[in-house]
Amino acid sequence: MGGEAVSRFWREIPQRYNLIGTKCKVCNRIYFPQREVCPFCRRKSIGKMEEVKLSGRGKVITYTIIHVPPRKFEGQVPYAVAVVELEEGVRVTSQIVDCDLDKIKIGMEVEATFRRIQDDGWTGAIYYGYKFRPVEKHEDKK
Amino acid sequence: MGKVGIVSYGAFIPIHRIKVDDIAKTWGRDGETIKKGLGVYEKSVPSLDEDTATISVEAARYALARARINPKEIGAIYVGSESHPYAVKPTGTIVGEAIGATPSLMVADYEFACKAGTAAIQSCMALIETGMIKYGLAIGADTAQAAPGDALEYTAAAGGAAFIIGKDGVIAEINGTYSFTTDTPDFWRREGRKYPAHGGRFTGSPAYFRHIINATKCLMEKMGTKPEDYDYAVFHQPNGKFPRAVAKMLGFKEEQIKQGLLCPFIGNTYSGSSLLGLAAVLDVAKPGERILLTSYGSGAGSDSFDITVTDAIESFPREKAPTVSQLINRKNYIDYAIYAKYRDILYWE
Amino acid sequence: MREVAIIGVGLTKFGELWDKSFRQLITEAGTKAILDAGIKGSEIDALYVGSMSPGRFVGQEHVGALVADSSGLSVMHIPATRIESACASGGMALRHAYIAVAAGIHDIVIVGGVEKMTDVVGSEATNILAMAADQEWEAFFGVTFPALYAMIARRHMYEYGTTREQLAMVAVKNHENALLNPNAQFHRKITVEDVINSPPVATPLNLLDCSPISDGAAALVLCPLEKAREYTDKIVKIIGSGQATDSLALHGREDICTFMSTVKASREAYKQAGIQPKDVDVAEVHDCFTIAEILAIEDLGFVKKGEGGKAVEEGLTARDGEIPVNPSGGLKAKGHPVGATGVAQVAEIVLQLRGEAGKRQIPDARIGLAHNIGGSGASCTVHILEAV
Repeated sequence: MGGEAVSRFWREIPQRYNLIGTKCKVCNRIYFPQREVCPFCRRKSIGKMEEVKLSGRGKVITYTIIHVPPRKFEGQVPYAVAVVELEEGVRVTSQIVDCDLDKIKIGMEVEATFRRIQDDGWTGAIYYGYKFRPVEKHEDKK
Repeated sequence: MGKVGIVSYGAFIPIHRIKVDDIAKTWGRDGETIKKGLGVYEKSVPSLDEDTATISVEAARYALARARINPKEIGAIYVGSESHPYAVKPTGTIVGEAIGATPSLMVADYEFACKAGTAAIQSCMALIETGMIKYGLAIGADTAQAAPGDALEYTAAAGGAAFIIGKDGVIAEINGTYSFTTDTPDFWRREGRKYPAHGGRFTGSPAYFRHIINATKCLMEKMGTKPEDYDYAVFHQPNGKFPRAVAKMLGFKEEQIKQGLLCPFIGNTYSGSSLLGLAAVLDVAKPGERILLTSYGSGAGSDSFDITVTDAIESFPREKAPTVSQLINRKNYIDYAIYAKYRDILYWE
Repeated sequence: MREVAIIGVGLTKFGELWDKSFRQLITEAGTKAILDAGIKGSEIDALYVGSMSPGRFVGQEHVGALVADSSGLSVMHIPATRIESACASGGMALRHAYIAVAAGIHDIVIVGGVEKMTDVVGSEATNILAMAADQEWEAFFGVTFPALYAMIARRHMYEYGTTREQLAMVAVKNHENALLNPNAQFHRKITVEDVINSPPVATPLNLLDCSPISDGAAALVLCPLEKAREYTDKIVKIIGSGQATDSLALHGREDICTFMSTVKASREAYKQAGIQPKDVDVAEVHDCFTIAEILAIEDLGFVKKGEGGKAVEEGLTARDGEIPVNPSGGLKAKGHPVGATGVAQVAEIVLQLRGEAGKRQIPDARIGLAHNIGGSGASCTVHILEAV
């Protein structure tokens, strides 16, 4: 029976759906997930952090193929997770999808895509967020 | 500002495909016979982490990438599907949040079997005509379910298309629309059940054909047109045979339906079916060309549209998103075992 | 600030101890430590205990009070504090006990570390361990704890040419060492092929690259150095202690292959002790995964960054090498009951410096180092001990 803290997941929607980070207007560093205070400017940055939407494009810094999953991810095994460095210099961790597992490489260019991340069982809420797929050149068919 | 019409569009098809041959082999049937009978070679399959919401978001984001509008100007979002992730909690709210259109927004989810997406277009048209909204977003998307071993398993596929409707910067004007609706139980799914049921051969002449033919004829009568007046015709595509047959019955030629006939390569994307066909036509259409679109939804009804492409399509940045052809060509074949894994046929507590 | 000595050591066996409960484990370790120290229970001024997640493993929080109670010390109403820092809970409990004694707030303090991991099924244990990672931005997406270290391993192989075999050699060495440790969970020799052919967990790491799920407890008795001789002649003193943090998520690090928490904590400890890394005679480092030991010997300054793999291959860290690492068998072969580990590492160093390590004794060990990490490197404690 679904009963997880939906508010905990709902709160992260702008970040998980749309990669909305924050930028410190004092030093221009960009952070994701959002920060209230810049770790470098600290008190000078209070009230000076503004929202910024990240492009979702980046490259793979490192990755692994998971064979022993945590609960709720059993059906996806084997799957790939990676640390991706986005264009803005920020790093995030998520899955790599729409790609043969043995084709994933360090340095590979990827773009964010909207996917189901997990859910609270058959009766619970569904939590969406970002995963990454390889950037491809599109080819016509027919 | 002229007629209401399509301002932008986007499409999405998941990457995985399974061949009809591989499904047939699993059940001890002959793939060639089935391919010939259905006119379908392979179908699209969503991954475990894809659903109608994720497909709708991708298509909507592509539509926005091509449009030059602020998402906050979208006043309404209607997502039509028969596989909404929730029975209660609209897919449209998830899409709205994911494209930045919230919170000043009207949303409701639509269901009318495979024609829920075109019903969404009609609602957006009315809201714009009355001046209630500036732009509306109509989406038809599905991750269709079929019982293992059932005939529908060969064609039940996944995909969707999103259309931004408005009066400002229209690339294709909607000259008129007509809907033909009756209570016809040809195909249905009861609340709480996983798979649909259908009436076998009853789904043909009294259902698909009756509604598409009537809707199309009445629309052409209303618009004063004949089949030859159209450069393209798109019909709902449950398989590769029905749309060809109904086109012939109505007097349309193979060249007119070819561009929009996608079913042989991706299967029946249900609420995405006729809308993906329309998107494929808009991918190549030129100014002045005229399009006839008739959807079909079991239960039953058809929405017919008469559309004329405007000059604005010349400067429309199609390249900002993949075309339907590119999406069809972006594919990864899987076998029945992986298909079973992705389609939730295997079960975890 | 006073100097602090360790005068008693207690350890349970590590392993799948079905018959022993959380309470029984810590009481056993504590009792052994008290007897070893030659102190009376009534002389204990305070208790510190490290445990990562008794709440999830056995449904019990408030374990400071629980441990005082189980060990019969709550009738004297002593202060008891539970410290949590994921897998560094034990080392951190020692650190804060040390600070209290050094500052003169308490005299005799008992430090315990305990974890009872087998009362839940393995997959649940995996989930609980993943709580050491970033819940919202790593675990939420399906990242597991082994996956984080696997990503470090892959990057380390990419940047420095570390080989799959070199990773495996860490496990082989530690299993070899554990053969001589009666309390170790595993008494089984393994080969590089065994490691590489064991089932994959998160590539490039296989099952035998990963420390096991274990039950166990360890305890130490601390005493101001000036009073230590009243109780015992087997005295070891703490000459350096350091603690540091880094970003919780792996993606927040400046360099994926460097644990700044280890660098900072160890430099603080070396400075306090007035020694260099090369002065260390024996070390117990945090090898939750084989790659973690390679990173540890680099970040602790035993070898240069990138040369950890080569060092293991060349036998630098073997029992007869220049800097023997994990003579106890390490987390890999001795076992890793999470909260107990940090305390057990120091217990091993104490035994080595006392000359009581039996068959696995490192000859002439005078200065020893214990290194304890939390999560994927977000927290670290380092302690340096010297024989007296």
